[in-house]
Amino acid sequence: MKKIIVTIFVVLISAQIPAQDLLDILDTETPETDNIVTATFKGTRILNGHSIENRKDKELEFIISHRFGRINLGFDELFGLDQSNIRFALEYGLNDDLTIGLGRSSFEKTYDGFLKYSVLKQKTGENSFPFAVSFFGSVAVKTLKDYDPVDKRTFAESLFYVGQVLIAKKVSPSFSFQVTPTYVHRNTVRIAADPHDIFAVGLGSRIKLTKRVSFNSEYYFAFDESKSIDARNSLAFGVDIETGGHVFQLILSNAITMIEKSFITENTGNFFGGDIHFGFNISRTF
Amino acid sequence: MKTIYTIIICFLLANVTNAQERYLTKNGAVTFFSSAVVEDIKADNNQVLSIIDAGSGKMAIKILMKSFMFKKALMQEHFNENYVESDKFPKATFKGTIVDFESIKITNLETKVEVKGVITIHGINKKIVIPANIIRTEESILVKGEFNLFVADYNIKIPSVVAKNIAKKIKVTFDFNHKPYKK
Repeated sequence: MKKIIVTIFVVLISAQIPAQDLLDILDTETPETDNIVTATFKGTRILNGHSIENRKDKELEFIISHRFGRINLGFDELFGLDQSNIRFALEYGLNDDLTIGLGRSSFEKTYDGFLKYSVLKQKTGENSFPFAVSFFGSVAVKTLKDYDPVDKRTFAESLFYVGQVLIAKKVSPSFSFQVTPTYVHRNTVRIAADPHDIFAVGLGSRIKLTKRVSFNSEYYFAFDESKSIDARNSLAFGVDIETGGHVFQLILSNAITMIEKSFITENTGNFFGGDIHFGFNISRTF
Repeated sequence: MKTIYTIIICFLLANVTNAQERYLTKNGAVTFFSSAVVEDIKADNNQVLSIIDAGSGKMAIKILMKSFMFKKALMQEHFNENYVESDKFPKATFKGTIVDFESIKITNLETKVEVKGVITIHGINKKIVIPANIIRTEESILVKGEFNLFVADYNIKIPSVVAKNIAKKIKVTFDFNHKPYKK
């Protein structure tokens, strides 16, 4: 009797091994790999400021950005559409982690160049890491001659520098946020009381509404501000609409400018007072 | 004492048959082509897992969607984010049987077979019969072939703006060189 029980038991165990599901075997045989989190943001900009996203290796992106005048200018100015500030730029991925860009804004005839480098990537899997970090640095040159001819400004005096650490996390496929400590240095300021160095911190987020549309918001809080202007923090809301090779961003922002040194430190619009600029960013990747 | 022998022999038999009967590959190749008016899109995955139980002819395949490599990084991002939703559905699987597997002799000749089973892509299960060619040798089972898939069958929507860029019918080719699987 005992023998029979043992035999049945053994047969059962033996039978169980081949009965193991083939897909389960594949699951156990799947190598553990790092899984880099992608598409934390859709575009290389959250709205005005940069996101951690880079252009990929050898990709060239042409970006045209527009900000119209203030909506509260009323019907006579067609709610700001009569005025416009345009920036066009070429941005190129030197490799997957390093992007270089050159742009020109019509506002104050400003040229800007930047480098953005992805230092750490958010990962799941074996070597998981909870967030992504990129470094951003830019130089801008204001070429508008809005000074007294006797005060002629040198090239060096027209320069502005920006350094940022972009720290972002994709919390879920539909929600990402970014914290952006920022430092702006201005070689020339309007009056002696204006600081040359301004520290600020940016907060940005993306909420995915559908597979191709997301709602973004962005706020930059400046710790110092210029005394010569009624400086205000930059606030923007917008939607990203993605179609094939384009990301189309529609933006409502209290800043008319699109480069860091301007919208963070030289912004005077009161968002809730109606100083809202409608605008868009269109990018085409080649 | 006899009982113990029986147990040992049973275990040995069970293990021996297992070790000999299963064939596995961890770097199987799956490629898909989409040929549309505006552009051709191709993606390769060389990390596909496939296993065959030579005793029963049963076969299983596991494909990690994020391992598909595209020529353009942006295409790859769109594929994962917008079409197959790899965060929600990280893998595609197939589970089925090679019809009349036991009749395939160990030769170096190619034999045409059908593989019947259920394919799962984007969370949708579908019954499918895939034509394949098999070459069975002492130390390997090579399975390769091609077939078509309709994107719409798997609840993957192609927006009208890119309808000219992405084909409704996708050609899939596969090439799995299975080697004896030892645990």
